[in-house]
Amino acid sequence: MIARISRYHTQKAAKTIIWLGAFSTLAVMVWILWQVLREGVPLLRLGFFLDSPHQMGRTGGIFPTIIGTAVLTAVAILIATPLGVGTAIYLREYTREGKISRMIRFGTDCLSGVPSIIFGLFGFVFFVIFLRMGWSILSGGLTLATMILPTIICTAEEAIKAIPNSFREVSYALGGTRWQTIVKVILPNALPGIFTGVLLGVGRSVGETAAIILTAGSSFLMPTSLFSPVRTMAIHFYILAREGISMEMAYATGAALILLILVINTIANWLLHRYVRKLEGKGHA
Amino acid sequence: MPEQEKISMQHFNFFYGRNRALQEITLKILSNQIFALLGPARSGKTTLLKSINRLTDLIFEATHTGQIFIDGQDIFAPEVVLPELRRRVGMVFDLPTPLPLSIFDNIAYGPRLKGITQKSRLEGIVEKALKSAVLWTEVKERLSSSALRLSGGQQQRLCIARVLALEPEIILLDEPCSGLDPISTTHIEESLAELKNHYTILLVPHNIQQASRVADRVGFFLSGELIEEGTAEKIFTRPRDKRTEDYISGKFG
Repeated sequence: MIARISRYHTQKAAKTIIWLGAFSTLAVMVWILWQVLREGVPLLRLGFFLDSPHQMGRTGGIFPTIIGTAVLTAVAILIATPLGVGTAIYLREYTREGKISRMIRFGTDCLSGVPSIIFGLFGFVFFVIFLRMGWSILSGGLTLATMILPTIICTAEEAIKAIPNSFREVSYALGGTRWQTIVKVILPNALPGIFTGVLLGVGRSVGETAAIILTAGSSFLMPTSLFSPVRTMAIHFYILAREGISMEMAYATGAALILLILVINTIANWLLHRYVRKLEGKGHA
Repeated sequence: MPEQEKISMQHFNFFYGRNRALQEITLKILSNQIFALLGPARSGKTTLLKSINRLTDLIFEATHTGQIFIDGQDIFAPEVVLPELRRRVGMVFDLPTPLPLSIFDNIAYGPRLKGITQKSRLEGIVEKALKSAVLWTEVKERLSSSALRLSGGQQQRLCIARVLALEPEIILLDEPCSGLDPISTTHIEESLAELKNHYTILLVPHNIQQASRVADRVGFFLSGELIEEGTAEKIFTRPRDKRTEDYISGKFG
């Protein structure tokens, strides 16, 4: 009888703790979003998205920073995705657990724990100064790429690992070469997982400040080439708030940033769903 | 078609690391026959099948000694091109393994790897393969729907069709009926009887009864050794070895 009562109480206690965990996570998230959107959304006008900043950002819009965010993120993703997916394929399809694979894994594990300001410092010393790229989209994009690479490698590897071994056996047994097997079976089936990793990378790039301010500069002029310095929305927000230029505009920028991330995630999820459905052949039913 | 020696294994040993999975297998398999590999679990039947199309190459730290010849040619010779060998030696696995593609794309997978891209040619190949595997009438209306939506028995016949699409010479069947109901099993056994006119078939049967129904010759394996081999009639009525007799009469399994 005692045992039954105590088991009942453990059940209840566990349920409460788990429920509290979920609830506080949700509450914190809602509170942050509410705070930023409440202050920022009333200030959003079409002109705010399409205008350049005036008076250091006290008035005007944020158009160049939207472009800066988009271009910087695009450069980072375009560099990091092929490298990361290639590494993951190498680790899972071309080599067995050994010295090299352990070294790569140890390296990526370490990299993913490094604070972004250190990546910024590395980017500044290596890309900006040593390779003479200056404060530019290219320096910033390359720095971001090194930063998100571990995430992409790790998620791509997990996605490839999850593919049933029978798929590989079938492909080889039907006369497939290793490359054909990778292109026709491994990659299409790993794509949703790879996509998730890329999306995490996009999120980190869009929200990053420390690594970018040291490598891409903070000019809010419209960039003209890959060698132009840029300012991203996150940095714009940081400078507006930090230097006390305009708290209102900072909140408006923050709100725009959150909305942008929401839009990206929604579109990405929709694309992913469509792809998975197609992969499973449900579209034809 | 005349029966002639198709596969010949000589003193073949296979090791997973230090474990010997096959011991000194010496065996000849004739063309246009069904050869059944009988034996309890872990007796090396699957390893033997996978050695013939060298799918064992995918296994880490696996080694072998001895030789396997197909039509007199050593399949471990350096000049052997693996994709070509595997097109000659098709394999169907113990569980249905459709790729997450449409029915059509599953069957066309092998031919496309070979470089056939012409749509009309692929359509011809797919239809012929599905007809040989007795699946055509059930799926001809929905070739573009996912193979994952077929029933287990249909999926397994799809896997057979996928192998036939490459027009192999040898077909390895590793317990192709293990997950199937009796009716699907009957369907597959019927198609086997038809297929042996054109192919050499190695079959790990689902059970002893299946071997007695379809096999021409039978080999009995135990712990990686070939205990004895002969015509189905002889093995089932007058086995030479006591262990074969015990296995067939159901004393162990």
